[in-house]
Amino acid sequence: MNRHLISAGDLSRDDALLILDTAEELARMADRPIKKLPTLRGRTVVNLFFEDSTRTRISFEAAAKRLSADVINFSAKGSSVAKGESLKDTALTLEAMGADAVVIRHFASGAPHRLAGWVKGSVVNAGDGTHEHPTQALLDAFTIRRRLGLRPAGGTSRAALDGVRVTIVGDVLHSRVARSNILLLNILGAETTLVAPPTLFPLAVDGWPCEVSYDLDAVLPKSDVIMMLRVQQERMTAAYFPSVREYSRRYGLDATRMALLPEHAIVMHPGPMNRGVEIAAEVADSARSTIVEQVANGVSVRMAVLYLLLGGAELPGKAW
Amino acid sequence: MVNGVVDTWLIRGARLPDGQRSDLLLRDGVIAETGARIAAAGAQVLDADGLVALPGLVDLHTHLREPGREDAETIETGTQAAALGGYTAVHAMANTEPVADTAGVVEQVWRLGREAGHCDVQPVGAVTLGLAGVRLAELGTMADSAARVRVFSDDGRCVSDPLLMRRALEYVKAFDGVIAQHAQEPRLTESAQMNEGEVSGRLGLAGWPAVAEEAIIARDCLLAAHVGSALHVCHVSTAGSVEIIRSAKSKGWRVTAEVTPHHLLLTDDLVQGYDPVYKVNPPLRTAADVEALRQGLAEGTIDCVATDHAPHPAEAKDTEWVEAAFGMTGLEVALRAVQEAMVETGLLDWAGVADRMSVRPAGIGRLSGHGNLPGPGVPANLMLYDPAAPREPVDPAVHASKSRNTPFGGVALPGRVVATFLRGTLTVLDGKLA
Repeated sequence: MNRHLISAGDLSRDDALLILDTAEELARMADRPIKKLPTLRGRTVVNLFFEDSTRTRISFEAAAKRLSADVINFSAKGSSVAKGESLKDTALTLEAMGADAVVIRHFASGAPHRLAGWVKGSVVNAGDGTHEHPTQALLDAFTIRRRLGLRPAGGTSRAALDGVRVTIVGDVLHSRVARSNILLLNILGAETTLVAPPTLFPLAVDGWPCEVSYDLDAVLPKSDVIMMLRVQQERMTAAYFPSVREYSRRYGLDATRMALLPEHAIVMHPGPMNRGVEIAAEVADSARSTIVEQVANGVSVRMAVLYLLLGGAELPGKAW
Repeated sequence: MVNGVVDTWLIRGARLPDGQRSDLLLRDGVIAETGARIAAAGAQVLDADGLVALPGLVDLHTHLREPGREDAETIETGTQAAALGGYTAVHAMANTEPVADTAGVVEQVWRLGREAGHCDVQPVGAVTLGLAGVRLAELGTMADSAARVRVFSDDGRCVSDPLLMRRALEYVKAFDGVIAQHAQEPRLTESAQMNEGEVSGRLGLAGWPAVAEEAIIARDCLLAAHVGSALHVCHVSTAGSVEIIRSAKSKGWRVTAEVTPHHLLLTDDLVQGYDPVYKVNPPLRTAADVEALRQGLAEGTIDCVATDHAPHPAEAKDTEWVEAAFGMTGLEVALRAVQEAMVETGLLDWAGVADRMSVRPAGIGRLSGHGNLPGPGVPANLMLYDPAAPREPVDPAVHASKSRNTPFGGVALPGRVVATFLRGTLTVLDGKLA
């Protein structure tokens, strides 16, 4: 493993599987009466959030605390950052405080790369601009593995996602979730198809390790997993699509469309959802939906990432 | 200048751009004599064995930042950097604070350049008031001022209004002016961060598409042809732009163009680490674009190399990519970069370099006294360059520029500027300010 987790593409297949398997192990412990492990006692994890994201921050916070790390939450709002302090100066401050890991969420693509040049501790990318969100991709892979039963019952395995057909639908151009997922799914052997209006693909998407389609209905029957991305209504004003209604009609997942999916297929969404836009309420709340599970799995996966990056003490009951 | 006196210099055995070896006698600000074994009692002798003597370089595109941003550069430090790079004249872009859109500002810049004395500073006037793209600045008054402005540019912004561009092109015909366009269609480049392509898609940075440059260049070539005016295209960066300019020139239209040293050497994959030292406008493009730009410069479709020297203080670059300023310094390494991109590749010989870095830019800028090949009677604006100097990594810390934002830091480039003369006066000797 690298010292940092900035891009899903930096992970080897072995790294990715190690994280997923470690997360399984940790998830099992979450079922015990005492959830907390002593492995990161005395280590400091800073959650550095320049963008509001309560769910991601809470997830990282819970992960670090369950590993007994000291957690400092540093939100850009109402802090020295709001008074014009630069990212570099903030980084140097955290460095002086002895942060062992900095979990950064930032509106600027590449901010974690810059931060990694200024701090000695590990940097974990919790979403940077329109670039990447690698722990989201890991928790999605974890969820897919569990829900599709790719893990032999009763133990962890090195099962990857070979041959799993994943369809990602929505604003790929601006989606950090999509970028990280495409990289990780490729590493794990899945076959990914992207579906969006042509305006919401990057210009050079042809070179990406996935298929591209404009026709959701044609792709649905060949999908084991369908992942719906959040659509931001302001994209409309920049002429990416004419109206929310038209977007929803062509690319939204409603019950009729869901019926085109194979029996076993699951529906994912990184949240927060726009119910009635990219996903209908009855789909979001259906048995196929993994949305609530994704949130729970997020904690286990982030625990695994922090544990492995910070080289915590051996896990009790290690099974591999 | 030694003791404030213009000296007599005898340069021994320099190689002229045409390949001939010659002595050069510099006296009273002109090249008094050329030829073999010149005798000149009392002259200071400079042994130029192995050195190339080029006409003093002329930059059509320099940001000196004064007035307004003296923390990034001053006319003093910027012209020192120019002299160290072998330049004897630079065109100071108009995007200062206040904007160089009046006779008062351009005369101030021109005067400060003369006082500094390291190289000639020829102010560029803004095309529109405050670079706002709404009303023409007083172009004629700037032309008639002591600064004798001939090149007008809103550089940093594009004159995107086609009617305003047409009028500007037409209007400057009265005093043989030229409009230097920063070709960037504004709507197509809203919040653009880097070249739109494979790398931008992967990095999640908003793309700056080639078509945003090419569409403006095509439009402006047609406008220049329609009104019979002179258009100069700043910092051409794409293969498509080269093609459009080639086509315009083939029709006899009065279109000229420049390319920067960084666009001749660097590509957009350097952005991968998100280090804003590679953030520049227009952005670094692809290897195919670099190749087309080199070919364009070699064949003369692109007339000249211009640095777009754009100094920024450290804090403007020590930040997230999207927050960082666009721009790179260039004056002190331009010739070395051109040697690497064009001479080492066999695309240009030294006569070609003299043409693209001095003769043609002086012509486009309507500068008198610059851009003359070394010969008897011409003003002694020239520089001596050692192309065989061992490759040394560029060290931004030693640059005379106030700013350190060169993309070539640590890159081992060939060549070394040995000496620069401004009207017979030494401004640089042995790679140091004289």
